[in-house]
Amino acid sequence: MKFHLDEKIWLIASFGVIIGMMLFTGYQTFVLGMGPPSHMETIDPQKVDETSPFDEPGLYQIGENEYEVVMTLQLFSFTPNEIEIPAGATVHFTLTSKDVTHGFQIAGTNVNAMVMPGHIQKITQTFTEPGEYLVLCNEYCGTGHQYMATTITVK
Amino acid sequence: MGTTLKQSWKEKADQALGASPEDATLSKTYLFVSFITLLIGGVLGLIQGLNRAGILELPSWLNYYQVLTAHGILLILVFTALFTIGYFYAVLSHNLGGLLPKARKMAWIGFGLKVIGLIFVIVPIIMNEASVMFTFYPPLAAHPVFYFGLVLLVVGVWMCAFGAFIQVANWRKKNKGQHVPILSYFATGVFVLLFFSSIPVAIEVFMIIPWAIGWVETINVMLSRTLFWAFGHTLVNIWYLTAVSAWYVVVPKIIGGRRFSDTLTRVVIILLVILNIPGGFHHQIIDPGIAESVKFLHVFMSLAIGFPSLMTAYAMFAVFEKTARKKGGKGLFRWFNKLPWGDVRFLAPMVAMIAFIPGGAGGIAQSTNQLNQVAHNTLWVVGHFHLTLGTTAALTFFGISYWLVPYLSKRVLTPAINRLGVIQTIFWSAGMIFMAGAMHWVGLLGSPRRTSYTTYFDNATALSWDPYLIFLAVGGTLLMIGVLIQVYAVIHLMFFAPKGETEFPIAEEEDNASKTPYWTERWGMIIVIMLLVIAMGYVIPLVEMIVNAPPGSPPFRPW
Repeated sequence: MKFHLDEKIWLIASFGVIIGMMLFTGYQTFVLGMGPPSHMETIDPQKVDETSPFDEPGLYQIGENEYEVVMTLQLFSFTPNEIEIPAGATVHFTLTSKDVTHGFQIAGTNVNAMVMPGHIQKITQTFTEPGEYLVLCNEYCGTGHQYMATTITVK
Repeated sequence: MGTTLKQSWKEKADQALGASPEDATLSKTYLFVSFITLLIGGVLGLIQGLNRAGILELPSWLNYYQVLTAHGILLILVFTALFTIGYFYAVLSHNLGGLLPKARKMAWIGFGLKVIGLIFVIVPIIMNEASVMFTFYPPLAAHPVFYFGLVLLVVGVWMCAFGAFIQVANWRKKNKGQHVPILSYFATGVFVLLFFSSIPVAIEVFMIIPWAIGWVETINVMLSRTLFWAFGHTLVNIWYLTAVSAWYVVVPKIIGGRRFSDTLTRVVIILLVILNIPGGFHHQIIDPGIAESVKFLHVFMSLAIGFPSLMTAYAMFAVFEKTARKKGGKGLFRWFNKLPWGDVRFLAPMVAMIAFIPGGAGGIAQSTNQLNQVAHNTLWVVGHFHLTLGTTAALTFFGISYWLVPYLSKRVLTPAINRLGVIQTIFWSAGMIFMAGAMHWVGLLGSPRRTSYTTYFDNATALSWDPYLIFLAVGGTLLMIGVLIQVYAVIHLMFFAPKGETEFPIAEEEDNASKTPYWTERWGMIIVIMLLVIAMGYVIPLVEMIVNAPPGSPPFRPW
């Protein structure tokens, strides 16, 4: 099989694009700490209410303008809901599901994570812009899926 | 030229006379049911588009998620599978001297199993007992009959795969040292992938059935999801590989050219077979329970699938330019005018290829970890697969139907139906530009997929998405017109068009083509490499998911 010069250039460029995407992804993941939410801890999905920290879901201040939100997702709601935080706050979300697979997405940010029964998921976001953020479930979870939403108000 | 066949007398006769009546009936039945499925799936799609745009409120007895489950299964699984099998059995019949009675029988049994399986799958959906989407992620639990239907569908596909393997093996035994004709080589690749990718989903369904019936209390949610995607992504790439077969072999003949390097074509098929299955992990980039390092490995495995497609992009445009210049085409781009744009058998697959430029690029973008986090489970993804599956694969299938159906029914494509096909292609393109375009955009803004019309309690952000969602209704309506034209054309070509002979268009190689190396025929070796690549992708995460599994989940039916 013989390649023409322009075909060689095209194939090398194609290979370069793929390797380039790889390098960027790796740099962002391992150097900038921007890897996708991949928390490894597990939990008994039928005992979420009795298992720490989900026995007391809520918003906790853990540092100067730094918060942890311990949240359960269930058909068809988020607990706690309607969270309020000051502008500039960094929020660490610790999430799990009490029933089926849900999604945790904050529109207008890059917060997007699968929340599955049996698994604890973690994701962090700094809210610099004040406003009302829409939080929604983006994995189909049943007839009320389209009502599974809440808000985060940044003041 | 190494691949030229020494044709037996029977093969020559078959090629001159067209498909034998038995073989033609088999493929026609597959294609007929396939396009009826397209019609039903299309109507369901329109209903969703209108609902999602906030225009149509569904009656109380019809749930959006029922409609969506049926739309997905009918179009991603059934329309495509039936078309692919009908098409490739016609290929095997034409290429390899008619179907062996055994292979034909297996394809019929496969057809019967699939039809029964489809009924088993659809009835629980209609009865609102299975609103689980085509991904049926546990712990959502459908009625057990739904899963029995899936088993029958898979076994039906296996029957067809084995029928094809027997057919190809028989030909190879009789033609030692020869290369399998190129379209049959594509068929082999497609059936190898169909068989191996459906093993994980079969395992998943066998985990689900005792749990859905109630014999087992809990299920490993993460494991079943992972087994699903080992199958789910490969499946759509199989439909894509089917479309690619027509691009490499049929389209060059239709434009009056020769096909691109035989070796490169076969290498592309081999790469798509080897690389495909671990690509499924890019559906799980933001899942818990899979380590970042493993996810990084999977980025490479997913992006690698893009490489053979970039090879294809070059090959296709090289063929177009060469053919157009031979016909007197000039200039840097003016030669495009020499291509037969008024011939639907060219236009439809050509638009399909063009759609794959943004479709494939979007795929590469969303396979990388951080970009995936922006797009995952938003309407962007739905826009993406309506470009790749709904346009690249489907429109190529439509283009194939304009010669394959009359070839099988011993009729001819009339200029009137050709014109109708051109109009169909225009409706389809316009519909997809509106619909998939709006889906991509509003998805980036955050609008989720698989969600019926909602304002999330009049939330300002959600309300700001509404103007984009209107385009789902506009596009959906244009696509529905496209479906109606397409189904009409297929039925016309199958039963009413004027009688005559239609050629099975297979392009020749270039006169000075180099000889294809024989290792491309070693499927045993190719499959071993494929299994090694699958092991690289899957062993670590699967062991992790099984060994460190959390307590399982009981079934839920939240609809």
